[in-house]
Amino acid sequence: GPLLERRLMDVRLGELPLWLVTCDFSPQGLLGGVQKAWSSYYNKYINVKRGGPAGISMLLAGYCLLSYGWSYQHIKRHRWRKYH
Amino acid sequence: VLHATRPVHTTQQRLAPLPPLPEKGGEVRHGLIPEEFFQFLYPKTGVTGPYMLGTGLLLYFLSKEIYVINHETVAAACILSVIIYGIKKFGADVAAFADKLNEEKVANALAVKNAAIKGLETAIEEEKKEQWRVEGRSFLFDAKRNNIAMLLETNYRERLMTVYNEVKKRLDYQVALQNLKRQKEQDHMIQWVEKNVVQSITPQQQKESITKCILDLKALSKSVQVAV
Repeated sequence: GPLLERRLMDVRLGELPLWLVTCDFSPQGLLGGVQKAWSSYYNKYINVKRGGPAGISMLLAGYCLLSYGWSYQHIKRHRWRKYH
Repeated sequence: VLHATRPVHTTQQRLAPLPPLPEKGGEVRHGLIPEEFFQFLYPKTGVTGPYMLGTGLLLYFLSKEIYVINHETVAAACILSVIIYGIKKFGADVAAFADKLNEEKVANALAVKNAAIKGLETAIEEEKKEQWRVEGRSFLFDAKRNNIAMLLETNYRERLMTVYNEVKKRLDYQVALQNLKRQKEQDHMIQWVEKNVVQSITPQQQKESITKCILDLKALSKSVQVAV
C-alpha cells in the first residue's frame, strides 16, 4: 500500500530510509508521533479491564535501561578487567 | 458557513456509546517481553529462538562488561526477587479486589440506568392514563353546564319572587291607604253626627224626655205589678 500511512512495524527494512524521509519531523509532528505511540501503548497494555503487571513493568524496565545508558560512562570506570 | 477543514462525522466512530474496554491486555511473556517478539522470531528460529537470543545477548554483555557487575546488581537482584515474590503471592487477591471495585461501579451505573428506565416507564403509564382521562372531559363539561343552567334558573326565579313581592307591597299600600281613608271618613262622620245630635238636645227637650221616661217606667212597673 502507500508508504505514508503505514506504521513503523509494517515498514520493511529496505524501505526504512524512504519512510524516514516521508516522516514529519516538525515539533508538532514529533509531538503527534509521541502522543500516538503513548496512546497505542496505553490502550494496548494499561487501559484494559483485567490488566496485569506487564503494563508498568515494561515501562520500568525501559526506564532502567535508559538510566543505565545515561550513566554508562561513569559505570565503565568500575570494570573488573581492563581487557576483554 | 461550515469550516471544511474540520472532519464532520466522516468516520464510523461515535463518542457514545463507548466501545467496551478490551478484557485482557496484550500478551506479555515473563512480564517484560511482548508476545509479538516471540511470534516474530518463530518462523525462522522456532520456539527456543528468543531464549537463545536472550542468553547470547546476556553472555555477550557480561563478557565484554558492557553490563558491569557492581553493588547495584546485588541491590537489583534483591529488589527484583522481593517484587516477584510479592506479585506471585498477592497478585490474585489484588486482582480480585480491583475486579470487585469495578463490578460495584458498573452495578451502580446499571442501577442508575435501570432506575431511569423504570421512572420513564411509569411516566409513560401516567401519560396514557391522562390521555384516557381526557376522554371524560365531555362528562365534566355537561355537569358544569347543568350547574350553570341551574344557577341561572335559581337566580331568575329569585328575581321573579322579588318583583312579585315588590308589586304586592305597593298594591297593599294602596289598599291600606283607601281603607284608612274610608275609616277616617266614617269615624269623622259618626263623631260629627253625634256631636250635632248632642248639641241639638236642648235642656227643654232633655226635661221632656226624662219625664216621658219616668211615666213609661211607671206604666211598665204597673204592668209588671199586675203580671205578678
